[in-house]
Amino acid sequence: MTRDVAIVATAQRPLEQHTRLTSVELIAPAIAAALRQAGLERDEIGFWCHGSCDYMSGQPFSFVSAVDAIGAWPPVVESHVEGDGALALYEAWIKIQSGECDTALVFANGKTTAGPIDRILTLQLDPYMVAPLWPGATAIAAVQARACLDAGVVTEAAMAAVVARSIADGIANPNVGWGTPATESELLARPYVTAPLRAHDCGLPADGTVAVVLAAGDAARSLCARPAWIRGIDHRIASQRFGAASLTESSSATSAAHHAGVGADRVDIAEIYAPFSHQHLLLTAALGLDTERTVINPSGGALCANPQMAAGLIRFAEAADRILAGVADRAVAHSTSGPCLQQNLVAVLEGA
Amino acid sequence: MSGATTEYQRTEDGCFTAPLLLTYPYSRTVGETLARFFTSLRDGRIEGTRGSDGRVYVPPAEFDPITGDPCTEWVPVGEQGTVTSWAWQSEPQPGHPLDHCFAWALIRLDGADVEMFHAVDAGTPDAIVTGSRVAVRWSAERQGGITDIACFDLIPADMDDASAAGTPDEPPAAEAPRSPANADEVLRLRQPVAVTYEWSAGPAASGHLEGLLEGRLLGRRCTSCDQVYFPPRNGVCPRCAAPLGEEVEVGPQGTITTFCIVNVPFLGQRVKIPYVAAQIVLDGADISMQHLIQECEAHEVRIGMRVEPVWKPRDEWGPSLENIQYFRPNGQADTATIRATS
Repeated sequence: MTRDVAIVATAQRPLEQHTRLTSVELIAPAIAAALRQAGLERDEIGFWCHGSCDYMSGQPFSFVSAVDAIGAWPPVVESHVEGDGALALYEAWIKIQSGECDTALVFANGKTTAGPIDRILTLQLDPYMVAPLWPGATAIAAVQARACLDAGVVTEAAMAAVVARSIADGIANPNVGWGTPATESELLARPYVTAPLRAHDCGLPADGTVAVVLAAGDAARSLCARPAWIRGIDHRIASQRFGAASLTESSSATSAAHHAGVGADRVDIAEIYAPFSHQHLLLTAALGLDTERTVINPSGGALCANPQMAAGLIRFAEAADRILAGVADRAVAHSTSGPCLQQNLVAVLEGA
Repeated sequence: MSGATTEYQRTEDGCFTAPLLLTYPYSRTVGETLARFFTSLRDGRIEGTRGSDGRVYVPPAEFDPITGDPCTEWVPVGEQGTVTSWAWQSEPQPGHPLDHCFAWALIRLDGADVEMFHAVDAGTPDAIVTGSRVAVRWSAERQGGITDIACFDLIPADMDDASAAGTPDEPPAAEAPRSPANADEVLRLRQPVAVTYEWSAGPAASGHLEGLLEGRLLGRRCTSCDQVYFPPRNGVCPRCAAPLGEEVEVGPQGTITTFCIVNVPFLGQRVKIPYVAAQIVLDGADISMQHLIQECEAHEVRIGMRVEPVWKPRDEWGPSLENIQYFRPNGQADTATIRATS
């Protein structure tokens, strides 16, 4: 038997294209804002869970000092996930399921621009066979994109259409706000950076933080008029070996979507974390989303702004915000990690 | 892991930043399966392992991706193969296999069923397509590692084993079985990692660093609990998460709250042992900081001892607490009680 758990509050620090704040300075305002929105004091949070990546921040054991952003006195129950904050949300959900707490605050910081992010992401690849070549994340994604183009599961025009929408939605998103509108044909006329990917096919590195408050059952109902109930959540991972699985689909996304129950009813909006434009198209298919009936990435997604390690949890916040505001009844939130959509976390959020 | 900073700068938004080079000299044990693969590569041969579904993995799978069973059957494969997908690296980066533009590719070697990832020295993006035939270019000096393959070259049609023999999937004849105890086996893989970051102190600590440039010791007071932090890291009170507020000049005199006597020599030690590292709470501050105690015998140092800073010559100052060379006893009477929070 599972407990009813909902997202009752979210807060994002508006993204920046490059910040010189420290990680703690980035996180603390988002935590404070999420607590304010939930109407909770720090000592009413039963569990704190943090997602970030030391390699990205350039500070080994950075999660130890990040606890300063919580104000951990008296001592708190806290955990850290070396990965996207969406995985920290999954851990918090499990913690609440265990009955050890009724509330949790999940936060993530993505200071993507502190170092050469594309090169840093080589460090998540097979350290024996692939990392010694230092390919970077974009080259790996570009090889996947070519396989998808060759197989006819995506087209460059469709990728450009995804990007054009992301730019437009990003401009309208107060947490992004930047970008220059471009038509598909204008985008297709731009040069490749790592063919077949153009610069705009790769999520723009950005810096930001997000915090999300979870609560169980009556606690959620008392904190929030319309909680975003997590009706299903599942995480799946496949081998990261190139060639062991098809590059032109994401079987782990399909599996996670199935086990989260995405297909059980219509989906009003979906927030999916696609770091590259062809992956947006792959994920749309893998999650079984109907583009006619589902608004996908009204926030602009991660192509217009990709604060890695926060970007997945931001998708959960954006999906939840639309349930909380009553503009959607059923939403899908998705996060990915690893090369070529290796890991996928999918949740179904409902307003009732 | 080691880190190094060089020259700092002030940015337009008032933050002190410095390039930070982090290096990790990783040396990885390779295990039985990869030891054989890398040893073969070093000796100029390519071998893979067969999975439960009959597929041949190159590089070898250590355990079957489907059943999880150990993969024990070795299969020699060809030095030529077929590109199944590729991307064009128009500007090579440090660490890449080639120093001019090239293709990244998934390559299915003849006799293998699962691709390997490597580079193809194709010259121009027009020269390579999915389906291109490629051949290994061995590194001149091989040490046992994936970079023993320098890259792959495109094969002219008349040089292609597959088109010449008409049997693209036939692997070369198996070599004689190798001795299981190869004294010369590759057992380790060195993978040095070096990444340069822009380290930023952030706006809150930058005021403190600015003060140090002028010989002033600046902390900040928490807007909620009134504690004065020195240094004022991150502009956030770690006890109550409230923002730190007004700057407060503290010290320069202080009190030792605890200390240790260092008798152990270590790499990079700059002070003659034995020496004392102490926690010092500066007058006006509520949080202690660590510094050296000199100009007294180590055994004379005690909790409650009053100390004062000895500064380096001013022309050696930077935005750093290292402007203070060490602290020394200032001759005042000991502080009888040390606040518990210190």
